[in-house]
Amino acid sequence: MADFETPEIKEFIGIPALQEGSMAHSSPFIAKENHQEALGYPGELVENWQQVALDKMDDLRTRYRSFQVFLDSCVKCGACTDKCHYFLGTSDPKNMPVARQDLLRKVYRRYFTFAGKYFPKLVGAEDLTEEVLDDWYSYFHQCSQCRRCSVFCPYGIDTAEISMAAREIMDVVGKGQKYCNEIIGKVFTIGNNLGLPGKALANVLEGLEEDVEDDTGVAVKFPLDVKGADILLVTPSADFFAEPHIDGLIGYAKVFHETGASWTLSTTASEAGNFGMFIGSYENMRRVSMRIRDAAKELGVKRIIFGECGHAWRIAYSFLNTLCGPFDFLDQRYPIPQHILEYTWGELEKGSLRINKEENDHMTLTFHDSCNVARGSRMGDYPGGQFDYPRNVIKAVCNNYVDMDPKTTKEATFCCGGGGGLLTDDLMEIRVKGVLPRATALKSVVENEGVTHMAAICAICKSQFTKTLPYYGFTMDQIVSVHQLVSEALVMKGSEQEADLDGTDSDDTEE
Amino acid sequence: MSGFIAALLWVSLLVFVGFTGAKIRQYWKTPAPLKIPTTPAPVTQTGVVFRMAREVVLFESLFKSNKWIWVFGWMFHLGLLLAFFRHLRYVVSPENFMWPVISNVIVQSFGQYAGFAMVIGLLGLLARRFLVERIRYISSPSDYLMLVMLIVIGVSGLMMSFVTHIDVVQLKMFVMGLFGFDFQSLPESIALIVHLLLVVVLMLIFPFSKLLHAPGVFFSPTRNQVDNPREKRHLAPWAAEKYNDHVDK
Repeated sequence: MADFETPEIKEFIGIPALQEGSMAHSSPFIAKENHQEALGYPGELVENWQQVALDKMDDLRTRYRSFQVFLDSCVKCGACTDKCHYFLGTSDPKNMPVARQDLLRKVYRRYFTFAGKYFPKLVGAEDLTEEVLDDWYSYFHQCSQCRRCSVFCPYGIDTAEISMAAREIMDVVGKGQKYCNEIIGKVFTIGNNLGLPGKALANVLEGLEEDVEDDTGVAVKFPLDVKGADILLVTPSADFFAEPHIDGLIGYAKVFHETGASWTLSTTASEAGNFGMFIGSYENMRRVSMRIRDAAKELGVKRIIFGECGHAWRIAYSFLNTLCGPFDFLDQRYPIPQHILEYTWGELEKGSLRINKEENDHMTLTFHDSCNVARGSRMGDYPGGQFDYPRNVIKAVCNNYVDMDPKTTKEATFCCGGGGGLLTDDLMEIRVKGVLPRATALKSVVENEGVTHMAAICAICKSQFTKTLPYYGFTMDQIVSVHQLVSEALVMKGSEQEADLDGTDSDDTEE
Repeated sequence: MSGFIAALLWVSLLVFVGFTGAKIRQYWKTPAPLKIPTTPAPVTQTGVVFRMAREVVLFESLFKSNKWIWVFGWMFHLGLLLAFFRHLRYVVSPENFMWPVISNVIVQSFGQYAGFAMVIGLLGLLARRFLVERIRYISSPSDYLMLVMLIVIGVSGLMMSFVTHIDVVQLKMFVMGLFGFDFQSLPESIALIVHLLLVVVLMLIFPFSKLLHAPGVFFSPTRNQVDNPREKRHLAPWAAEKYNDHVDK
């Protein structure tokens, strides 16, 4: 299907020579009228779009300090130029963070600064023309808003903020992206990104109950819309059907079962993902988030726990309280919201889960830090907990674990290449090229350390990797969910696994 | 000529203070509606003060990013700071409590050589702008000119220290006179005139250019926010007004 060349994977991640315009042709499908209007945006490019765009830019800079400060502060030092995975994978200079920002900054300068109004050539200011708008559409959809550049900028300039603003401006002039806007519409009408209706969801969950019982002999429940449950689990809808996501969902359910937790999923909040962030829209992001608050209230739960999803966790952790708090109706003794890894690690620490690590001995694991979790959120009560919790859990359930090159993990992690609303087939080329840095780091540990599998904690990462890593010679099943590993190693009370262990190996175990 | 330069210095100082002040006010007043610290981030306000201090004093993020830019950038800024203190001898009288520090520590010792660090750093940055393809791509004419201007300011300053000495006593009278509105004449020196005129230009363009990174860094939400969104609800005034109707009053 590919009409592009897959980049060559090398030993090390190198800085490419510039190839101007090499990705100028890459643009996602434009949102149709109905996708736009469902979100309150005009159906097609409005007539006076320049003025509308400039007005929006002016509006945003009075409401977002980040936007105003970031537009003014860049000194073009070049520190960020080799930090973006899309630049490293495509060689297109407009994929260097500073150059991407400048697509918008040059217009800001032209219309809103003294220097740009009177000396445009001197300071690189430019009129807002149709070509510039096309460039915006192309290159602001080659940014996954992963914030890697913001780690390395001496002023903390975050290209994600600029790219979100640019997308919001494009939405209000009538040039939205189909993938994101259609999905947000589905969340409003159906309850999740996939458009999976309540009945289908119930069927899936029933099927999972049967599978798990067949597998373990234990009747693990996957409750849906249970009023009065203690915990509302909000998880990305890919967990209901995609591989390896669904194995993660089975893991959450087993952990809840084994710890005797009373929990439920919700039909109306059957989606942790929130593409409102990708399009930079506070309003849409809030509207999507409100479903979770409403579901929690309606079901009368005491706690909210989020499943494995990167951007969803950033929004849940960093924004949920802002967007639809305060959550004074929930049990204040627990973090609001809580990550499933915080829950599972807490239980592992308490010793309430019996683990047989040998179940995972056929694998040597490494872990991909999801960008939004790594650089836009936290787990636990200390900075950097988001790096330790997943690793702690993996090491508690697996014997063989190796980290990738530290230049590609933790706060310096590379995006999977599919985040920020780019996980769509019409952007396959940029996705395949964008995964190159991660693929390179993975290849190194596969060849030198015998790594066989890479664990992830994000629905987008998992989908992106299973689809794009095969371009570089990996196989789909090398990507696993962290809770899939937990699921494999967990020995539930009364399960066949328990019987096997205690029956045949009783002289080996300490118990 | 002296009167003209005195007037320019006053005008440019007023522009610098007034318009930079307006920018700072703008940054201050513009709300940050969402919690966006680049994590891992400090979980306390004290922690944020330390993070910002490391950023401003040591250029921590730049150090992580690129050692060459860090070396040159840090040399330049440190040199600039020391040179600035060295210049205080023109405005501080010997009775001032700071005089011993300025006079003995900074002027007579390493302060004298700070200008070299400044110029070397600037030359390094300029060379990178020409030589590194990626940086050349993102550079506008103003990016080169600003470096050239700072280099000329530094070199003309160094000339007066090390090549053709000027009458610093007379210069001090000029500067003291400037602040007392009792205008004195400047010592005769081309280097001095070039130096002062470019400083005028520097002050004039500061509030309208990327030099705003100096106040900007303190307002950068990715660096100055505390990582505590779960513990404390963060809400911008405009968001509270527009989108808080779900909260029971």
